[in-house]
Amino acid sequence: MSTTAGGRVTNDLAGHEMSTRPTPDSGRTPDQDVAVVIDNVTKQFGEVEALRGLSAGIRYGRLTGLVRPDGAGKTTLMRIMTGLLVPDGGHVTLAGFDVVRDNDAIHIASGYMPQRFGLYEDLSVMENLRLYAQLRGLDADQHGDLFASLLDFTRLGPFTMRLAGKLSGGMKQKLGLACALMARPRVLLLDEPSVGVDPVSRQDLWRMVQALTDDGMAVVWLTAYLDEAERCECVLLLNEGRLEFDGPPQELTGRLKQRSFRLTGAGDERRTLLSRALDLASVGDGVIQGDAVRVVLRQDVLREEIDTLAGSVGATVEPVQPRFEDAFIDLLGGGPGGTSALAERMEPVELDSDIAVSCRNLTRRFGDFTATDNVSFEVRKGEIFGLLGPNGAGKSTTFKMLCGLQKPTEGGAQVVGHDLRRATGAAKGRLGYMAQKFSLYGLLSVRQNLEFSAGVYGLDGATRRSRVNEMIETFDLQQYLGTSPDSLPLGFKQRLALACALMHRPPVLFLDEPTSGVDPITRREFWTHINGLARKGVTVMVTTHFMDEAEYCDRVAMMYNARLIALDTPDALKRDSRSDRHPDPTMEDAFIDLVESAEGRDQAGMDAKGAA
Amino acid sequence: MSGQPPAPRTGATPGKRASRKFDRRRLMALVRKESLQAMRDPSTILVAFVLPAVLLFLFAYAVSLDVREVRIGVVLESDGASAQSLAAAFSGTRYLKVTPARDRREVAAQVVSGELRGFVVIPQDFERRLASRVPQPLLQVITDGSQPNTATFVANYAQGVVQNWAISRSGGAPISAIELEPRYWFNPELESRRALVPGAIAIVMTIIGTMMTALVVAREWERGTMEAVMSTPASVVEILIGKLLPYFVLGMIATLGSAALAILVFHVPLRGSVLALMTLSAVFLIPALGQGLLISSVTRNQFLASQIALFSGFLPAFLLSGFFFEIDAMPLSIRAITYLVPARYFVSSLQTVFLAGDVWAVFIPDLAAMAAIGLLFFAIARSRTHKNLEP
Repeated sequence: MSTTAGGRVTNDLAGHEMSTRPTPDSGRTPDQDVAVVIDNVTKQFGEVEALRGLSAGIRYGRLTGLVRPDGAGKTTLMRIMTGLLVPDGGHVTLAGFDVVRDNDAIHIASGYMPQRFGLYEDLSVMENLRLYAQLRGLDADQHGDLFASLLDFTRLGPFTMRLAGKLSGGMKQKLGLACALMARPRVLLLDEPSVGVDPVSRQDLWRMVQALTDDGMAVVWLTAYLDEAERCECVLLLNEGRLEFDGPPQELTGRLKQRSFRLTGAGDERRTLLSRALDLASVGDGVIQGDAVRVVLRQDVLREEIDTLAGSVGATVEPVQPRFEDAFIDLLGGGPGGTSALAERMEPVELDSDIAVSCRNLTRRFGDFTATDNVSFEVRKGEIFGLLGPNGAGKSTTFKMLCGLQKPTEGGAQVVGHDLRRATGAAKGRLGYMAQKFSLYGLLSVRQNLEFSAGVYGLDGATRRSRVNEMIETFDLQQYLGTSPDSLPLGFKQRLALACALMHRPPVLFLDEPTSGVDPITRREFWTHINGLARKGVTVMVTTHFMDEAEYCDRVAMMYNARLIALDTPDALKRDSRSDRHPDPTMEDAFIDLVESAEGRDQAGMDAKGAA
Repeated sequence: MSGQPPAPRTGATPGKRASRKFDRRRLMALVRKESLQAMRDPSTILVAFVLPAVLLFLFAYAVSLDVREVRIGVVLESDGASAQSLAAAFSGTRYLKVTPARDRREVAAQVVSGELRGFVVIPQDFERRLASRVPQPLLQVITDGSQPNTATFVANYAQGVVQNWAISRSGGAPISAIELEPRYWFNPELESRRALVPGAIAIVMTIIGTMMTALVVAREWERGTMEAVMSTPASVVEILIGKLLPYFVLGMIATLGSAALAILVFHVPLRGSVLALMTLSAVFLIPALGQGLLISSVTRNQFLASQIALFSGFLPAFLLSGFFFEIDAMPLSIRAITYLVPARYFVSSLQTVFLAGDVWAVFIPDLAAMAAIGLLFFAIARSRTHKNLEP
């Protein structure tokens, strides 16, 4: 076992008849570095073709990102690799074993962490570890060292007696990882390991995976986030069941040399600037990034158009490093245009007051658990206001209190001058709400969904008909009127949900995680509409856990552990966290920085109390 | 293991224990996990202990097929001495609770409102009718036909009261030539509780065996833990047995508890042996658990699993097992279906073991039928469960 010299995690297990690197097997030397061979795999579920003739290889000692930016069916390939699904056509071998014929061997050679980590919530950390150890043929009592090293590696040592259900998302993820790492698998398969995990824990996970791949393990990381893909050594990019790209992410971004630009200095005009830029023939993609606009030019075009446009509003153009997401959008032929048909039709919003939404000392407790702790802020008319934070930070509770779905324990909130405590009904009539996962009625047709939301906001007669027809026209829903929302393509589902929320022309729009599980192109179309609405004076409140999406907001409130830890413009937040380590911090860097300093303050506060 | 000489293809040979199809230690790990979960889940206690107790109490006290203290009205229109003594005879019985009246309109309204189940009219010319040589109807009995059993009872019983009254008046000589003296075996007082309580144990076992098994398997699918366990070397057989064994034990404990409650609290006699009772229960758990497993192999959703368990397990056990409704009274087609309901055999044997004793001539065919149905369920469930997520 000296050749593989097991790493810090599982070296005491080194003798367990498994080495990380496979020994040459019957002369297949060219494949000896290949952990997983995917050969022309197809898989169909009913009508849906999840995989269409996919071929790829995954190597040992590397972190391979399996990226499929839309939510649907992306687990299929990973489940085939773990032998949990049988491919309709083609073959997959993992560590030399065919996933169908040598199914039992697959379960020994691979460690798999499913979505939501596969933990028994009513068992303690230690009981979960022991269970998975015994299922993998290890005796917990004889492998005390292994347990100790896994607990040390995942920093779960102090929590062995705690029930898994009582752990935070990040700790669950670490425990899931420890369970998957039992018996030292040669291939580690992680299905969306970062979903529901705060950025700080995500950092820890990267560190752990790095240690494992350095040790020679093949790690496959399934993700919908393109920024995570960028950090993998190798990426398999899937789109509509086909492999769009196989290689290091830099190779893909490298194709975009001299095509990504940042337009700065447009200030308040940046939304207009983005809209106009996206309508240019030479621009393939664009997003708002704090105070700036970021555009990607199409292949083989000159930057002339963009220079002229920037000049007309007094903005300056500077080339920037391309990102993986730029490359992805480019690979798919660019994003949508910049004009929102919806916003074009809206009348500009007039309000009596300049403040659209405000809250004071908003607090919500559930028993002795505080979900929202003393939160106060004001949102100006026409502002896009982001509520940002990891799952469980309290943003959903805060949000629900602001739209009158939950009563605050203390404090109060106002929406366009209506007090949410006393005039909940009046306030609700002035806001539009789009819930997570769109919440459309699957048993009603698209038209019935539209008519229902018109009815529920009290529109009737001619107004109702004209408003419904207008939405159908604006969002191009004609072809789908008779079908169920469930069978709509994702982009149309999103349009329908937006149409339903805007049916009564509310001056304030609340969007709860509007873009989770949505592919980047659909997300861009969504933001085009939101930008358009904001320009018409609609106030938009949005929660998101996509850190880079916060860049679209005028101001961002960062929540962590029920409290507001920062409230500022995206640029100011990033600027404040600039350091030697991160000279050009991302929103995520800024967030981690803020969380760490908030925790530091907490600690200092407690120490001070202790001293007193 | 590091002491072993490295085999030429160590990298390709999986560990010996791990590749075994059946490994006792893996099974024990799964059993321990399941037991811990069951013990920590408050709903287990609720279903295995509180629910049986509630059910037994209901069947022992609230549900009674015996007729006692039926409320009727007696309208005494005649003031004659005979009429008075007949009215007194009605009041004297413990099966009727009499509301006396002088006018039928008083009681008719109470029958309509359901306060009385019927009334007996002793007519104005009662004395004349009694004295008449030509047999004439003496009384009018009006009953509430919306409750047919009670109505028949009131009618028959009224007749009996009159007969008894006539006998005692004529000096004790029986009117009919042959007197029947019925004797009811096994349950001399014909207390329905004695038949219902053993039957209720079958219901309890169905709930624990079928409903809980279906639910806990579906829960693993819903929470994604099934996927995680399936990606380990544990085999399907181990996973299934690991699931069933704790619920088998739980079912047996619940049976013992229910039996103790039946005997000690409800005074149902146990004329057979505890061994026979436990054997019957153990064998009944085969089809009950098998059915739960089968349900969970069809659906991976807790809500659906509980609905299917309700309709395919609980309701047939309740309606078609002969526990509540007599099978012999059912139409032929329904009677044929009851042969497929494992609870039918269990109820028949349970009533025997409690009320009659160890009659193996009854038990053996019942045991064979339960085992056969159970093995069929298991065979189907096993063939439908693969070690993957394919539907």
